[in-house]
Amino acid sequence: MERRKFFEKCLTLLAEVGILSTVTGRASAKTTDYDPSKHHYGMGIQIDKCIGCGRCMEACKEENNVPKDPFFFRTWVERYVIKKDGDVLVQNIDPSAERTNAAVNEKEILRSFFVPKLCNQCENPPCVQVCPVGATFKTEDGVILVDEKRCIGCRYCIQACPYGARYLHPETETADKCTFCYHRITKGLLPACVEVCPTQARIFGDTKSGASPLGRFKRMNKLHVLKPFLNTEPKVTYSGLDGEVR
Amino acid sequence: MYPISEKLIDLAQQISGHIYPNEVEVHWGILIVVYPYLTGLVAGAFILASLVKVFNVKEVQPVYRLALLTALSFLIIAPLPLLLHLGHPERSYEIFLNPNFTSAMAMFGFVYAWYLMVVLLLEIWFTYRRDIIIWSQNEKPLMRWIHRVISLFSKDVSDAGLAFDKKVVKAITIIGIPSAFLLHGYVGFIFGSIKANPWWSSVLMPIVFLFSAIVSGIALVILLYMIITPLRKEKIEMGCLDKMSSYLFYAVIVDFSLELLDFIHRLYESEESIRILSELVMNKLFVSLGVIQVLLGMLLPLAIMICVKLFKFEEELRKLLYFVSVILIQLGIFATRWNVVIGGQMFSKSFRGLTAYKMELTGLEGLFVTLILLILPFIVLTILIKVLPPWDESRPVRAEAA
Repeated sequence: MERRKFFEKCLTLLAEVGILSTVTGRASAKTTDYDPSKHHYGMGIQIDKCIGCGRCMEACKEENNVPKDPFFFRTWVERYVIKKDGDVLVQNIDPSAERTNAAVNEKEILRSFFVPKLCNQCENPPCVQVCPVGATFKTEDGVILVDEKRCIGCRYCIQACPYGARYLHPETETADKCTFCYHRITKGLLPACVEVCPTQARIFGDTKSGASPLGRFKRMNKLHVLKPFLNTEPKVTYSGLDGEVR
Repeated sequence: MYPISEKLIDLAQQISGHIYPNEVEVHWGILIVVYPYLTGLVAGAFILASLVKVFNVKEVQPVYRLALLTALSFLIIAPLPLLLHLGHPERSYEIFLNPNFTSAMAMFGFVYAWYLMVVLLLEIWFTYRRDIIIWSQNEKPLMRWIHRVISLFSKDVSDAGLAFDKKVVKAITIIGIPSAFLLHGYVGFIFGSIKANPWWSSVLMPIVFLFSAIVSGIALVILLYMIITPLRKEKIEMGCLDKMSSYLFYAVIVDFSLELLDFIHRLYESEESIRILSELVMNKLFVSLGVIQVLLGMLLPLAIMICVKLFKFEEELRKLLYFVSVILIQLGIFATRWNVVIGGQMFSKSFRGLTAYKMELTGLEGLFVTLILLILPFIVLTILIKVLPPWDESRPVRAEAA
């Protein structure tokens, strides 16, 4: 009996050590062995699914230390109301404010929808082109980042962005914008805005991985991007995008 | 709440229509208006000076050196507004050490260094070399040493040496004209190449900038000549003044035609942005563009100069009319820079709303700093004139006799 117990104990010990080592091994692989050349990220946005709750905006500010003041956003949601007479009313959603519809009589509304916006992570990014010191750059996996230790705060990139996706961070005095939550996605996590979206209006994915929700989104929908005539080739694509959206 | 946010809350009240939420802050303020204004004056003053050397225009000879010194003093101050505007001025050296070659702005270091070192400083040095050497021979110790250092301890005033100086000046001037075009054309390109902004994005932008630069530079030299000459108790040479005003007249016509072409082209093409741009012009820029830039800064001086050309006014009246014209033109060109820089940020890139800009009095981006930046070049110029008098009668005659 004693010999049998001894062998049992040895086996459990071996098993425990084995599990532990694979767990720690995996964890370190995720943080240090990330190979950007094996990834290429994109986002799909389903206009019809967005309910304009603004949780993405709140999560983004929380996750990325974006100033809480309402003049600095890495992502935001616009509400479009197209009236029967052709008038178009656009508002930026304020998640903290009480929702009212008083401005427009419901009978006058032809159609209405929400449009989440963020940095389009362009394939031909004008911001990267104009940055005088190369502080804004495109990573191998296709994400546009800002090196806040190199940015001189000239704001040329803010002028060059056709989508208004950049702002000057009042603390660092450097340009700031959506990074697809780069610190998360390189660990295999989803961007904060995608994670909290209650209707899965935002679909994040890796175009280099075989089957993925993003791949399915791209297969199943007619897609469009913002301001295609500027040839920026956004990696954020929209389904159900209205012609009025700019 | 950040201090900037408190200002933005005020601005947010003045917004009409829909703008992207990051667009409440106007990113390029008055300092960026001052920058192209100053470089324009540099390029214009230099091109005027070059006309004397390249085309041998004798009438303008009296202001040749004054124009060169004006260009230099404005060029020395020109980077200051840029530097003050940066979020991290202490990293500005990165633009020289790690330039991103696809960025128009990164070329700033090269264009500026080329223009300052190769063109302006060399031309001024070779133009003044002989005079500085001779001045330094009969001066009090302080000025003697200043002049000796400036002459880089050169002592050669032989005929061969002077002939060489002349040749070099001619060569630099010939390189200098395209360089001056490059300097200001490049500033225009910084704006003209931004495809995101329909108010800026135009192939004509560098050319419009260039001609408005020539206009403002010539007008400034005329103004300086008309103010400094009576202060020196000398007589204004009407031949020189008439000739410069004539150049100014033609430059204004070209500038006006280009801007008119740009306007008609936009209106005729009527692209997606035309509605918001019309709103911009009729609303936010009505005074600064319609009244100051076009009416007061261009049409009125043009009308005055046509009158001067058509009717033979007497000298005093001509002087008065020229004086009024060049002041109006300076005002107009400053408004031009304002309308480009600020105007280009007064509408949203969503093309659905207008933003607002309010200049502060104090602070880095305020009126006082702007005034200081506009006065500084004149202080530098005063010092330069003291050290390197640009007047014909200050030139030593001894060497000529020798």
